[in-house]
Amino acid sequence: MGNLLLFISVTNAMALLEFTDRGIYCARADVYIDPWKPVDRALITHGHADHSRWGMKAYLSTHSAGPVIKYRLGDIRLQTVGYGEVTTINGVKFSFHPAGHIIGSAQIRVEYKGEIWVASGDYKLEDDGLSEAYEPVKCQHFITESTFGLPVYRWTPQEEVFADINDWWRANAAEGKVSVLTGYALGKAQRLLHGLDSSIGRIYTHGAIENTNEVIRAQGIKLPDTIRVSKEINKKDYPGQLVLSTPGAVGQPWIKKFGQISLGAASGWMTLRGARRRRGADRGFVLSDHCDWPQLLEAIDLTGAENIYVTHGYTAIFSRHLRTLGLNAVELETEYEGELAEMETKQETMKG
Amino acid sequence: MQQFANLFRRLDRTTKTNAKVAALADYFREADDQDKLWTMALLSHRRPKRTVNSKLLRGWAAELAGIDLWLLEESYHVVGDLAESISLVLPPPERSSDRSLSEWIAIVEQLGTYDEDGKREAVTDAWRELDTTERYLFNKLITGGFRVGVSQKLMTRALSQATEVEETNLAHRLMGNWTPHTTTFDELINSESATDNISRPYPFYLAYQLEQEAESLGTPDEWQAEHKWDGIRGQLIVRDGELFVWSRGEELVTDKYPEYHPLAELLPDGTVIDGEILPYANGHPLGFNVLQTRIGRKKVNKKLLQEAPIVLMAYDLLEVGGEDIRARPMSERRELLEELLETHDTQGIVLLSPIYEFSDWKDLAAERETAREKHSEGIMLKRRNSEYKQGRKKGDWWKWKVDPLTIDAVLLYAQRGHGRRANLFTDFTFGVWDGDTLVPFTKAYSGLTDKEFNRITAWVRKNTIDRFGPVRSVKPHHVFEIGFEGIRKSTRHKSGVALRFPRMLRWREDKPKEEANTKADLLAMLEMYGGEDL
Repeated sequence: MGNLLLFISVTNAMALLEFTDRGIYCARADVYIDPWKPVDRALITHGHADHSRWGMKAYLSTHSAGPVIKYRLGDIRLQTVGYGEVTTINGVKFSFHPAGHIIGSAQIRVEYKGEIWVASGDYKLEDDGLSEAYEPVKCQHFITESTFGLPVYRWTPQEEVFADINDWWRANAAEGKVSVLTGYALGKAQRLLHGLDSSIGRIYTHGAIENTNEVIRAQGIKLPDTIRVSKEINKKDYPGQLVLSTPGAVGQPWIKKFGQISLGAASGWMTLRGARRRRGADRGFVLSDHCDWPQLLEAIDLTGAENIYVTHGYTAIFSRHLRTLGLNAVELETEYEGELAEMETKQETMKG
Repeated sequence: MQQFANLFRRLDRTTKTNAKVAALADYFREADDQDKLWTMALLSHRRPKRTVNSKLLRGWAAELAGIDLWLLEESYHVVGDLAESISLVLPPPERSSDRSLSEWIAIVEQLGTYDEDGKREAVTDAWRELDTTERYLFNKLITGGFRVGVSQKLMTRALSQATEVEETNLAHRLMGNWTPHTTTFDELINSESATDNISRPYPFYLAYQLEQEAESLGTPDEWQAEHKWDGIRGQLIVRDGELFVWSRGEELVTDKYPEYHPLAELLPDGTVIDGEILPYANGHPLGFNVLQTRIGRKKVNKKLLQEAPIVLMAYDLLEVGGEDIRARPMSERRELLEELLETHDTQGIVLLSPIYEFSDWKDLAAERETAREKHSEGIMLKRRNSEYKQGRKKGDWWKWKVDPLTIDAVLLYAQRGHGRRANLFTDFTFGVWDGDTLVPFTKAYSGLTDKEFNRITAWVRKNTIDRFGPVRSVKPHHVFEIGFEGIRKSTRHKSGVALRFPRMLRWREDKPKEEANTKADLLAMLEMYGGEDL
């Protein structure tokens, strides 16, 4: 794959953005987008660990993504801008546009002398009511993920998924069981909270999730009431209630205190029977903050771009399909991991 | 189909035995008899005849989904299951259907009488009115082999709860070669005696692997020890002058082993022997791979009979003079078995599995070490006072297998897994050193924990050198200890050897790749253990 990278940077030597082993690079402005190795200046699409990494000298993100990035990366030099606001560096215009992935997530638009690129980070088209809703941005060069870039991935509308989740909670409550629902601490957890029916019972949260909730509430975003799981809570309080947990905590002794549980997992991967069984969850709910197959194709169509760079997911298959549609699509090897990273960064979620 | 789809969803959602049994029992209480019968048939691998090949299915599905065929093939490769891939790529249903499971099965069976256009019309019509789960099940009815983690034992337990017929009786009644076309639910469940169906075998008693020290089992005199012969477990039945041979997979294999046919005359009626279908010549067993040449064949020719001769190595006697003696102690059944074979000359077709007398566990451990050269898999331990139970039960019977052969090898290629492991790299190819190059010699899929598979998957993504379709070559770096049960020369494998049951025993992160084994080491093993099987 090293060859592929080299090939692209050579043929695009004059291009506005190039793909290097540190990340997506704009030479003219000397900035990187979501770099995975330390650089001087980084533009960050959103706060997930594979896009927002430690070690950059200076960071730029949206206002609403800022608090979480600061919380996760600690003492960094971070500047924030509003959506649509233009920052000009050596003549190159940079602006952030809603990506609909998580709170504060953005597509980064880069323009120089009429050449327009959009690096979309992670995104979804369905408005989850919490993240700033996705807005298509016209461009000639579109950098896209393809986490679920296979035609087997088609989401059902979120109302139906949440109705299933709430029914599951109700049924568990009737049996006196604790409903343990897993989702990544940043993004999925808040989206689940937003869709849960608080009239069924109380919602308890794992520490890593509650820490993130606190950061998000502090920036003025309203989330349903939650109670942090702690030693002080009487174990008899849990039956019938719901515990929101990180996927990583499920294999830990932490989970034992809840007694009889039903385990639910919410993720796009739950589409596949194999993935549902591998997670050992009692219930798999298909809920993702990424695009499904039809959404990916729609998004690409909406940009009007003819040059598509596919960064992570089923890159080879998805770009081949785009080529059959007459687009100039190439696959790139990056270190972005999409929903896999969000599900499996256990160490990090355990910190809180 | 909705009722059956609900059952499937309940079964598929849980890994808990009790929840599965409850779901099945509910279903067996509510469903109509014909649906119940078909459900029992499907769960015991009695599926309808295949009427459409999968190539046609793929073509129709891609067309209906509006995608290129290659895209469906790639999806199939990731999902690992064609029926599921098709159910997911199709557009949402246009209408709903209230046809029952049996009605759908009748449709599937009828497909065989249609021409290709007729088949396509019927199948795509079905897809248009079934939801994702129902489609998946419908596809499985056509392609076969769906697994929901329900063993025959669980199904029997649930059926027993729903019908209040005793479980052991049911287990017996459900064996044999019935299909939903040859019986009814009532007939099957309520048939009174074993002679209703003279071919009907007893459920096999299966042993667990011994994990603890043999000494912990108590004193040697409580135990009967014999070799665990390396063939196919089989049950041989003579009733009413007829012979039936069943394999452990509940397959009636009488026709595959004509060597046994004289036994219908040589053994008395009402005889059932549990034993091993074992390749055997000149007074000793041959390697399992000799038998392998016969497993897939329906008809056997003279040449095969000469090259792969078999005997029945008898372990146990389950029925004598028409009487079920499974509840009698092992020691008594063994005596009756010996007596039977002493009083009836089987012309060398049935041999008595020798008992290894030992007074000290150390003796037995030493005998176990000779297993590989005797073409046995290790030692079987049976408690002398044990009855013949059904299914896999702990306590009275143990298999004490010989330790696997091992070799340290370097990971060379990785491929995504199927089904349950579709997101992970789990299918690996390993190599050993030949001078300063690494030559691939085996694949292995299992043996790592999910955690380890996650870690190696992340590593593979970052250390891919090249891609060949779904296969990635990776930087030679990681060493794994590969365990296997046997080795033999092979002309079909580039390395010249084929391993039996290769799997990853350990990830040797302590070992640099330079210290992995060599091709010479592999050939030395072939010399030592693979000799006879050429």
